[in-house]
Parts: sequence; C-alpha cells; structure tokens
Amino acid sequence: MMLASDVSSPLFSWNLVADFQDIWSYAFMVNAFRAGLIVSVVCAVVGWFMVLRRQTFAGHTLSVAAFPGASLAVLVGFSTTLGYFGFCVAAALVIALLGRKGRANGAEESAVTGTVQAFALACGYLFISLYKGLLEGPTALLFGSFLGITTSQVTLLAIVGAVVLAVLAVIGRPLLFASVDPEVAAGRGVPVRLLSALFLVLLGAATAEASQITGTLLVFALMVIPAATANQLTARPGLSLLLSVLLALGACWAGLLAAYYQPYPLGFFVTGFAFAGYVLAHVVRRGREALERSRERGPVAVGLGGAA
Amino acid sequence: MSSVLSQDFFQNALLAGTFIALACGLVGYFLVLRAQMFTGDALSHVAFTGAMAALAGGYDLRLGLFAATIGVGLLLGGLGRRGQPDDVVIGSVFAWILGLGAFFLTVYTTSRSGSGQGGAGTTVLFGSIFGLHGNQTTLAVAIAGAICVLILLIGRPLLFATLDEAVAAARGVPVRALGLGFLVLVGACAAEATQAVGSLLLLGLLAAPAGAAIRLTDRPFRALALSGALAVGEMWGGLLLSAAFPKLPPSFAIMATASAVYALTFLVRPRRAARSVVIAAQRTAA
Repeated sequence: MMLASDVSSPLFSWNLVADFQDIWSYAFMVNAFRAGLIVSVVCAVVGWFMVLRRQTFAGHTLSVAAFPGASLAVLVGFSTTLGYFGFCVAAALVIALLGRKGRANGAEESAVTGTVQAFALACGYLFISLYKGLLEGPTALLFGSFLGITTSQVTLLAIVGAVVLAVLAVIGRPLLFASVDPEVAAGRGVPVRLLSALFLVLLGAATAEASQITGTLLVFALMVIPAATANQLTARPGLSLLLSVLLALGACWAGLLAAYYQPYPLGFFVTGFAFAGYVLAHVVRRGREALERSRERGPVAVGLGGAA
Repeated sequence: MSSVLSQDFFQNALLAGTFIALACGLVGYFLVLRAQMFTGDALSHVAFTGAMAALAGGYDLRLGLFAATIGVGLLLGGLGRRGQPDDVVIGSVFAWILGLGAFFLTVYTTSRSGSGQGGAGTTVLFGSIFGLHGNQTTLAVAIAGAICVLILLIGRPLLFATLDEAVAAARGVPVRALGLGFLVLVGACAAEATQAVGSLLLLGLLAAPAGAAIRLTDRPFRALALSGALAVGEMWGGLLLSAAFPKLPPSFAIMATASAVYALTFLVRPRRAARSVVIAAQRTAA
C-alpha cells in the first residue's frame, strides 16, 4: 500500500522559525488560520450550549443541511457561502417550528429527524449529480478543505461570528436558566420557546460558518467534542465554556498545521485531535476519581495518594 | 422506459432492492420503537469508514462494511446498559469515526490514482444500486432474506422486551441477549443497505417507512408488516421513478418517495401521539 504522504508535500524541518515563516508566506494559510480562529470560538461557545441543552441530534441534522445548501449554490452558480447560510438558518427555523414542547413522543420525533436528515443529504446528492461543470467531487464539501478561503470570506465569517456571539452574550443568562430548568424559568416569565427558537437559529449560523472549514459532515465534531471534553474536566460553567473554546481552537489550528504538511483531509485531523483530547480527558477524570476514592478509604492506599 | 425495465442491471436492482428494503423496514420498525435512531445514525457513519478502510487495505469492500457495522453494533450494545449510551458520547465517537473515514478515503484514492477509482467514496456515501452484478445480487438477496427471517423469529420476544423490559425479564425473556442480537441485525442491515442507498441515506430507509407505519396503525405486528411493505413499495417507486427520469439518481428517487409517503401520513392522521402506539402495543404483548 502506497501512503499518500509519499506524494509531494512541504516538509517539516524542525526549525520552527523557518517553518513558521514558510507557512505565513502563503496567503491561503494565513486566511485559514484566521478563519479557524473565528470558527472554533463560535462553534465551541454555541456547541457548549448545545450539549447542555441535549440537542446533539438536532445539531447533527442542521450540519447535514449545509450539504444540499452548498451543492445547490454550486449548481445554480451562487456563492457557496450563501447556500450554507440560507439552508442552515432555514433548517433551524423549520426545526424550531416543528419542535415539540415535551419529550413524550421521542420515538416519532427521532423518525422525523432521521427522515429529514436523509432527505436533505439525498437532495445534496441530486444537486451534485445534476451539476455538469468541473467539481472536485462532493468530498471537499463533505470533508472540508482549507485551500479556497479568501480574505473576503474571512471578513464575512468575522462579521457573522461577532453577531452570533453578541446575540448569545445578550441571551446567555436567560438561556442558561431556560436550559437547566425550563419549567421554573417559564414560571418566572422567561420566554423559553422564543429563546429556544433563537438558539436554533444561532446554531444554524454557527454550523454554516464551520461547514466551510471542516466540511459539512464534520462540523458536528467541532461543536460536540470540545464541549464534551470540557465537561469531563470541570463542573463549573464559566471555566468549562472557556476550556471548550481553547480545546476547539487547539484542535482546529493543530489540524490546519497537520493538513499543511500531510495530504490527508483537514476534517480528519481536526476530528482526530479533538477526539484524542476527549479520550485523554476521560482518562484524567477516571484517574482523579480513583485517586479520590482511594484517599477516602484511608491510609491503605498511601502509595497512590500519599504525595498529596 | 420499457427498454430500461428489461435490462439486466434494472432487474438486479429490483430483486436486491426488494429484499434490502424489506429488511430495512422490519429492522427500522424496532429501531424506532426502541428509540435507537441515533444508534442507527452512528452505524451508518461506521459503514462508510469500514468500507473505506477495507478498500484502502486492499480488501473487499463488503468485508469492511460487515465487520465494522456488526462490531460497533456489539460495542454500542455492550457499553450501554440497554444498548443506549449517552448521546453526547455517541456523537463524539461517530464524528471522529467519520473523520477517520475521510482519512481512509484519501489513502485509497491516492494509492489508486489514475486507475479511475476516484469515485469510490461517493459510491459508498450515496449508494449505487444500478451497479450490482449478478452474483452481488444473489448475495444481497441471501443476506437480506436471512435478516428478515431472523427478525421475524425473534420478533415476538423482542417486542415484549422493548415495551416492558422488567416484566419480560421476570418472565424469563433474555432481554440483554435480545438487545445485542438486535444490534447485530441492525449492523448487518446497515452494511447490506449501504450498497443500495449509500451509508448517508441509509437512515432514511430505516426511519421513514417505520415512522409512517407507526402513524397508520396501533397494532404492533400490523405496523411491522406495514413498515416492511411500505419500504418495499417505496423502493419500487423510487427505482421506477429513476428509470423514467434518468437524471434522478436512484438513491435520491428512493429517498424522495419514502419522505413523500411519510409526509402524506401526517396529512392522513394528524396530531396523534406515539404514546398511544406504545400503550396499544403493550396490551398486545402482555
């Protein structure tokens, strides 16, 4: 088996300054890092709320809506950015309108979500196959590529990201309240349903942003994994939020660096690094718990807990 | 159009598609009833990675499909107490597995560059039911038929275990073994259906007929039969549609038919809670 790394790729020289200058001399790499920064911060913050609200299946479905959006835009000749945002925000509105209040009919709800998701992907496939022009195949849309990010795209990403974060900052406190205890929040006059719809739209916008970096199938990773990792490490909301931003940024930038030196898709590296962090956090938490348990049991376990 | 219908590739697709759809309809009904749709979603992503890993390693694509989906099905069933681990955990794991699939896709396409195999990834993702050869069709029919027979054999105790786990366990039904066995069948079904509709669209074939059947009838075995029948009907409808309009890829036509039928059931019987289905089913099983 010939590995793809045998094909020509820039070499990592271990001379960090030279490597850095080399990377920075390419405008597309600078843009990719800027876009990565914006996308990871927005995704991590929105994804943290998504995990808290247990809306991971909805998040996954929204991320899938990005694919037909982008492929339709390619087919009719609009900019893909328009396709991403149009479809994701529209799908968020549809889910918000159809959404039930309770979890009573979870079976039917999941059948609806599954069907919507598969149909959206099928539409994307139809648009791709109708498109006659030159297209590097659907894999770039699905798994991401950082080669085509332009400066104007970065500007747009920054504007949308700032708006999403600003709205989230305004509704953050009541949203947290409504997520943790919807009944009490509703009783105190918090508009729970409106907040939930607004949040889904923010989720759609963040998904559309990130789709352009990681590809439509892997956006979900940038949203769910850093938040899940942070929740393993701390129970304090503020710290956990900050941690998930740092983790997402780390995974995204490390992924960009790796994808620069290796010919494998960016989405693979971003998900790989994020997931490695998740596994590591899991191990750390398990170890910490075992340590505490052995400390409670007293001096028998001195060998483990003695230093503390 | 009649010329298309008499072609070998179309008849192969019709034969294999019928059995695959029947298996998906039967398995999907239990999947919806057990609220394990997210597990089905995860398995469909695993199918892609398994197929790509097998291709990258130079093995037969089907070997990877079956090994990966059945293995992960067992793993998910073994990890969770009822085969339902936390949805954040499933989400994190399958997001990574899909990334791994992208890696194997690149390994495969670069190692075979120039041999015209670049479309393999798209084929696995979106299926190629019109590309089945004679012996592939026979194998698909045999495997899908076996899945159908097995699900019918364990149907009654599985239904009992799904609706009232505690009572079923008390009466000596092997609840855990049934749950694991069911996930193995879901895995095998996912692997087989990937060849027809692709790993990304598989979820629709599992969810749409079952969702429609649950809306149309309260009685569990009638719903099971209806789910299978709807799936087969939708498969035929989709195949005919794409034979009539060659621009429509068959996977899209099948999915569009399935979604349309499901949407119609919302018009026929609006506003009915799925809870009444569960209550009616519990009465039958008891």
